[in-house]
Amino acid sequence: MNARVLDRTLIYGSAIFLAIWVLIPFYLIAISAFTPPAKIFDYPKSFIPTGFSTDTMRFFVDAAGVIPSVINSLLVAVFTIVFGLVLGTPAGYALARFRFRGREAFQVIVLATKMFPIAILSIPLAVTFLQLGLYDNLVSVALVHTAMALPFIILVTGGVFVAVSHELEEAAQTLGCTRWGAFLRVALPLALPGLAAAAIFTFVISWNEVFAATILTLRTRTLPAQVLAGLGTSPLAFKFAGGLFMALPAVAFIFLIRKYLMNLWGSR
Amino acid sequence: MAGITIEGVSKIFGKTPALKGISLDIHDGEFMVLLGPSGCGKTTLLRCVAGLEQVSGGHVTIGERDVTDLAPRDRNVAMVFQSYAVFPHMTVGSNIGFGLRMKRRPKPEIEKRVHEGAELLGLVPFLDRYPAQLSGGQRQRVAVARALVMDAPVLLMDEPLSNLDALLRLQARADLKRLHKEVKRTTIYVTHDQVEAMSMGDRIAVMREGSIEQLGAPMEIYDNPATQFVGGFIGSPPMNFLRGAIRDGSFAGDGFTVPLSRARAEGQEMLLGVRAEHILIAGEGIAAKVLVVEPLGSHALVTVLVGRTPVKVQAPIDVAVKADDPVRLRLDESRLRWMDAASGSALSN
Repeated sequence: MNARVLDRTLIYGSAIFLAIWVLIPFYLIAISAFTPPAKIFDYPKSFIPTGFSTDTMRFFVDAAGVIPSVINSLLVAVFTIVFGLVLGTPAGYALARFRFRGREAFQVIVLATKMFPIAILSIPLAVTFLQLGLYDNLVSVALVHTAMALPFIILVTGGVFVAVSHELEEAAQTLGCTRWGAFLRVALPLALPGLAAAAIFTFVISWNEVFAATILTLRTRTLPAQVLAGLGTSPLAFKFAGGLFMALPAVAFIFLIRKYLMNLWGSR
Repeated sequence: MAGITIEGVSKIFGKTPALKGISLDIHDGEFMVLLGPSGCGKTTLLRCVAGLEQVSGGHVTIGERDVTDLAPRDRNVAMVFQSYAVFPHMTVGSNIGFGLRMKRRPKPEIEKRVHEGAELLGLVPFLDRYPAQLSGGQRQRVAVARALVMDAPVLLMDEPLSNLDALLRLQARADLKRLHKEVKRTTIYVTHDQVEAMSMGDRIAVMREGSIEQLGAPMEIYDNPATQFVGGFIGSPPMNFLRGAIRDGSFAGDGFTVPLSRARAEGQEMLLGVRAEHILIAGEGIAAKVLVVEPLGSHALVTVLVGRTPVKVQAPIDVAVKADDPVRLRLDESRLRWMDAASGSALSN
């Protein structure tokens, strides 16, 4: 009993610590973003918002190129999710279901690609994309993001399909489904929470990615690339507002999909 | 309705042969049990009939139709899986009706048959529940109902009771047997539990290492095991075996002699097989020493040492022996079974 109390204290203590670790900077950015630009430099900094105002946010949103870059970022993220899941899910499924020659090697290679820093990949990538004529557009950025997210998607979906019993698909086959029909009607719906998780992380990877987005685009910038481009010259208010603005969609997205993650099919 | 003919079916996984050319005729409406220890190939054989496994050689015929190369959905078989494989994202009702929906039957017909199936297995109050809200026994019944409403002439069951607790298993065993009498589907039932096999099967195919060791009615297999393996696998406790040879008209082994009234050929090294209920603790006979007495309510199971071989004896519950007592045993000579010591195969009596 005492050990259990200790366990719980440790778990909750760590959870609270981690939550504070993440939330305090987030909170500070948030109140700064809603403080009038003139008061941002107040010191000592107050923990309570002083003089709520949307001026700072409006200043950011109205800045040239911000709105289009938000749209670009969303489109790139959506493309990345679609490309990533379409390519990664079958690979994950194959890893989960089939014992083929080179299966372990494939898993290691998939993981190994994550060891390359994107900076090393960027030059050959940029050259290749230029040769293909795929530059300064959203698809090229999405393709790079897909490449970055794929190892993750493959391994996560692999784990997801391992958790969906093969017997369920076989049962569906004896009940009149084709192999493909059994996948669509049984394995896929059951894997959906896991696929949603993969989609969330893919979204976050794409939404936050700045390096590839910067070198591959000039006019069609995503939000991080746009913010980065003006970072050195923009006022502090712009940075606070930008920080909050970039964090919000990711937070909202996770909140929306969280329910789906946690309690699908009751107590499974 | 349909019988099943399995003709020289073999299956090789990589380099390991799982089935070594199995032939088996299952009559229309018969309840056939495939019995064997794990790894004997019984589930693989069932999956070959279901079409979930491709055979490496041989043919499977269901009701005159060669189904060897057909997909599971085209074979007209219904299957109950060991894990039940009840779809967790569908209600009990949708689970039972799944097969009918896949066959695009009209909606009123589906509803009617789902209800009939649920009624047959006592699932009507649970039709709107999800499997996560059911007990193991209820889930097992959902799996059976789902297979039954398909109206497939062949029903395949892969250890459907092995995940139930002991008491429930007893109940479910009787229920399944009654159900089979009612619906009369040709059934192949895979189990490693010899009690299930004995109590349910019209015939039992005892399998070992990818081959059928013996095929026959339950009592036939129980009384006349074709090999030492079958005798040792069927029955609780399993058959006792004593190793020895005939000398001077008696069966003599390491530290014991069994007098025989009927002459047998001398010299050959043999196994004498005898079941626990055919040994009597008596005032005279073979000398033995009691190792342990286990009272089991209706009778007592006494383990004695004959020479160096432990032998199980079924004795009356009030048997007056205890550990380390010297006892004498009498064997029912008409019930003795003889096997070749080297091959384990039965010799004629």
